[in-house]
Amino acid sequence: MTSLAERAISRRSLGVARKGQLVMRLKLGSIAWAFALPAIVLALLFKFIPLFNSFIYSFQKVQPFLGNEFIGLENYTEVLTDEKFQLAALHTVQIAFFQTLGGVVVGLGLALLLEGQARSLWFVRTTVFLPVVAAVAVVAEAWRSLLYPSELGFVNSLLGFVGIPPLEFLNSPGTAIWTIIFIGIWSGAPYNMVIFIAGLTSIEREMYEASALDGANRWQRLRYIVIPSLRASFAIVLTLAAIRALRVFTEVYVLTGGGPAGSTDVWMTRMYNVGTIGNNVGQSSAAAIILLVVIGALAAVTQYITRRRSDA
Amino acid sequence: MPRRRSDVEAQTATAMGWSARFGPNILVRALLIAAVLALFLGPFLTTLSGALDARVTARSISLWPSDPTIEHFITAAEYGIYEYLGRSLVIVGGGLALQITTSVLIAYAISLLHIPGKRFVMALMLATIMVPEELIAVPLGLVLRDVPIFGGSLIGSMWGVILPVAVWGFSVLLLSEFMAEIPKELVEAAKLDGVGPLRMLWAIVLPLSTPALGVVTIFGFNMIWDQYLLPLIAAKDTSDYTLTVALQGLAGQAEASIGTVLAGSFLALLPSLVIYILLQRSMVRGITSGALK
Repeated sequence: MTSLAERAISRRSLGVARKGQLVMRLKLGSIAWAFALPAIVLALLFKFIPLFNSFIYSFQKVQPFLGNEFIGLENYTEVLTDEKFQLAALHTVQIAFFQTLGGVVVGLGLALLLEGQARSLWFVRTTVFLPVVAAVAVVAEAWRSLLYPSELGFVNSLLGFVGIPPLEFLNSPGTAIWTIIFIGIWSGAPYNMVIFIAGLTSIEREMYEASALDGANRWQRLRYIVIPSLRASFAIVLTLAAIRALRVFTEVYVLTGGGPAGSTDVWMTRMYNVGTIGNNVGQSSAAAIILLVVIGALAAVTQYITRRRSDA
Repeated sequence: MPRRRSDVEAQTATAMGWSARFGPNILVRALLIAAVLALFLGPFLTTLSGALDARVTARSISLWPSDPTIEHFITAAEYGIYEYLGRSLVIVGGGLALQITTSVLIAYAISLLHIPGKRFVMALMLATIMVPEELIAVPLGLVLRDVPIFGGSLIGSMWGVILPVAVWGFSVLLLSEFMAEIPKELVEAAKLDGVGPLRMLWAIVLPLSTPALGVVTIFGFNMIWDQYLLPLIAAKDTSDYTLTVALQGLAGQAEASIGTVLAGSFLALLPSLVIYILLQRSMVRGITSGALK
């Protein structure tokens, strides 16, 4: 249906006599492809060929100089039964869950606090957004210097004021993952804030007036008007945050490298280390394909849910 | 009690009904905002303060330098920080220029030139966003060692970082969505006047696309500046690193003082800060455009 309409438009847009239209169309088509070519060649070379190779490697025992050997699903069974990969999967889910939850709660809180037209509020919003803009490596160094694991460290001395004993943060297996989650929320929540503020702005002010006339207090307004009106924003924020968290890599790699004692190893860091330090490209590729399938499935499910909701 | 009109207005202006008049309400809000600012700005302030403090150690970081100096920025040169910064700037400049060029060209082909196989081309570009970059890092490293079709190795060359970031589906989709909104009459009229595709792009489409170009610039900049694994796998030795990667190595060196690390950190933050301040509105537009879904 749409292609018919498109064809009709394109026919009109060509503005040529029917004679030689095919030649004309072929010519215009090849011009269009010439414009698209640089992007497509680059995507092919640096995205699709590596991805395709990854898929092939995942069924092979990859051995430089000796030639790769086809081994069927062995890489996949090895990855799925490997304890370290299972632990990494667990950590990934833990980070994804708490970072998503925290990012949404803090993002909404920021949006509610900083909503408004005043120039000072605009300034505060701009400032609060900085963690999103800064490179992960910069954020990592900033926090690493503050989270020095002795009572003299900046954050520990603040905690000392309220009577909390010094924490080891990134240096202890018990606290490292929670520290990563905290930093992830810190650098992700302001992004969600922007989406929530856009959602808040589009709520009809008459609804607030009506609820005020009905004598609803602030919390009732929040519960019965604001939150339900933000449903679309929640859907976007949750999807984005969940996908972002599942593919978490750089934060962990830079902050702890998966340590201490593997306590923060996530799927991607494990996958990368197996492929580089472990020199097992086949297993690493199988792990990559597994994650890709999970992300694809997640995206498909959210697409399906949002489409059904918008149809209803 | 009858309320003044401005009061009612203020209470319906925001979801929380923040009052504009002085009172406990505004005090609570001010305190909360101060806490939020301290939390989100604090780590950057301590980074700067530490970079400027002669006596900084991990145990004595503060919000204000106790003994101000620019010594750390001079020591940074001994560790090659400025070479790394230079490399990073060349890579982000080259990569961004190429990314914008390829994205504009393909977006134009998708949205206005009726490219045959439009859906397929768009799906290809969407796929480049869906596949996490780090996911294909290991096979990409092998590809960079021996580039298919063209041959040769990009390891140890800045092209090894620039070319992989020179195409990004986000920029393509955002630009093609934007270009599709350009009034068809304008394009048709130009065509009837005999304007060729290239001149049409340059003289009509690009000037109309400046808001989208702003969004693509800031998102593309952040995407390239934040690259971590790619410069790592494309490097032959440590002198090929970008600043963000080198920073990590510096932090691991026992003899490098924390002041030097923080100075390097601040230098790595500065370009992002400048771009963000210049293109702040484009950033917000990009996030809320829904193109990120």
